[in-house]
Amino acid sequence: MNALLDRLFPTGHTVAFDGHNLSGHAASAAGRVHVIGTRDRAALTTDMALKLSQAVLDAVRADQASGDPRPIVFIASTQGQALSRHEELLGLNGYFAHMARCVDLARRSGHRLVTLIHGEAVSGGFLAFGLLADRICALPEAQVKVMDLRAMARVTKIAPERLEALAQTSPVFAPGADNYARMGAIHALWSDTDDWPQALRQAIDEAGGEDRRAELGRERGGRTLAQPVAERVAGVPLGA
Amino acid sequence: MERFTLSLPSAPCARADAAAALCGVVSSGNLEILVDRGSMADRCDIEVNTSAHGFRETWEAVLSDAVARHAAGGLALAINDAGATPAVVSLRLDQALEALEDRA
Amino acid sequence: MSRLQRHSWFEADARARIAGLVDANSFRELCGPHERLTSPHLAVLDLPVAFDDGVVVGEATLDGRPVLVGAQQGEFNGGAVGEIHGAKLRGLFERARRTRPAAVLLAIDSGGVRLHEANAGLIAISELMRALLAARADGIPVYGLIGGSCGAFGGMGIVARLCDALVMSEEGRLGLSGPEVIETVKGVDEFDSKDRALVWRVTGGKLRRSLGDATMLVDDDIAAFRDAARSLLARPVPARDLAALDADQRALTQRAARHADARDGLDIWRALGLPEPALIPMLDAADFNRLLAPLSPTEAA
Repeated sequence: MNALLDRLFPTGHTVAFDGHNLSGHAASAAGRVHVIGTRDRAALTTDMALKLSQAVLDAVRADQASGDPRPIVFIASTQGQALSRHEELLGLNGYFAHMARCVDLARRSGHRLVTLIHGEAVSGGFLAFGLLADRICALPEAQVKVMDLRAMARVTKIAPERLEALAQTSPVFAPGADNYARMGAIHALWSDTDDWPQALRQAIDEAGGEDRRAELGRERGGRTLAQPVAERVAGVPLGA
Repeated sequence: MERFTLSLPSAPCARADAAAALCGVVSSGNLEILVDRGSMADRCDIEVNTSAHGFRETWEAVLSDAVARHAAGGLALAINDAGATPAVVSLRLDQALEALEDRA
Repeated sequence: MSRLQRHSWFEADARARIAGLVDANSFRELCGPHERLTSPHLAVLDLPVAFDDGVVVGEATLDGRPVLVGAQQGEFNGGAVGEIHGAKLRGLFERARRTRPAAVLLAIDSGGVRLHEANAGLIAISELMRALLAARADGIPVYGLIGGSCGAFGGMGIVARLCDALVMSEEGRLGLSGPEVIETVKGVDEFDSKDRALVWRVTGGKLRRSLGDATMLVDDDIAAFRDAARSLLARPVPARDLAALDADQRALTQRAARHADARDGLDIWRALGLPEPALIPMLDAADFNRLLAPLSPTEAA
């Protein structure tokens, strides 16, 4: 993780670790940014969700005082939500919803939000946090999924070979950042040879505004129905 | 899934021009029937999409029986089936067609 | 129980729930079954499709005021969210931003992402979350109703808690990972999914109301859900600014500390000082609400 931060922010950062959580600040090509996230493919608990929410609220508060909302760079590395009766009893879903509200408040307070997927981003742990940013970029080797194909085969009672075969032709089932990119949910796939500070600057520059992922999915051919169907229910495209 | 279409003779439905109904839910052992306006006043067009393979003859018997008992001419029925028994299919057809007759 | 005849919310399908929830004959469906927007992803897998893809959305009135309504069909693929299903719900919130109804009512009955179109379902829920939050930010309240056989789990469990208020029955369940998933991965000692009473003490409406996750607990009766929705419509819309989220942060932190060792709803009820916790699952809504009244649990958002 430190190697990643050093490469992203060569002119310096003050990111500190607290268990699987991380937060701090960094100097980027787009100026000073907040850095908030998780590491080591963490299974998100209520405790981690509270730390993430607190970090986002602190960032909003700090910049409200200065009147200059700085971009927030989210680092997403999660295997999904913690599986535990105690966590469910507390209402882990509500802790995640609170996290999502905090991220949304940051967006509405003028912060540009960029997520970098590092290692793995899975399902619930990703849904209420990293996936809510304005721009989402996947680092090399990043894995994105709802569930692995074998588990999916078990739940859906469809043979894994059959799912594997379908995954070759349809981005709808198969794990992989490239599939999410085709569907419009990942904006950019970074390679090892890219200039990461420059790529981050570009992502920050492009961040903000309404959710255009379904349009992007249609343009890229990976998700053709979401946008027309939503528009038909909405009546007219927003902003038209 | 197995798909087939039928066109069966039936007495004209007085409400065919304004026909629009949905009956049932697609779940295990159940089906949905969508009623729309058909193409010919004295025939009922039926389109079946079923998860049970090899039961076409049974379907034809159940459907023929239903359109003989009801005025289904001028209607188009579209069926999504997840393995309903003939008795359930027959019950749903009665519900869907009676709903139209009640409003006539 | 003063009603002569109850109509169960749990047993009703999505259309019957809507019909009983809003003013008589006021519902106008959008992208309804006659448009035949069926899922191509299910068709590719040779699985049954539904003409409405398992969700009903549209416009209606409640007490004469305009509302938008969405209801999931729990019986179709467990109410799970696929590309079209999710897009219909997202579109409903985008419509709300344009037409500014008095509220959006969401009758949730879903296990979350539809695995047959996993990636499309996950992204669809993310888009639904953003659309819901955007409608909220525009000042349109969103009220959730949970009382169906699938409850609200996975991504829809998160969506449920994004609502301004939640109405639940004891039969309704709310959580993130279903008991079966936890049992499969962590073992039966962690969560015995066959122990129905335990499942309800961990996820059911009364437990959720006790913690403040649910705003109101009603009996399994469509008319009771309708009355609850009407009373919510009369409420002021809660604030969602930094101060409000700070307060939620404190409440949720407090909850985690107070119930740090809890593993069963009984532990929660004991900690809250409720008399005879073991009898709580048996109470009807009125008796349970009377029991809870002196506590007024902190509504953590």
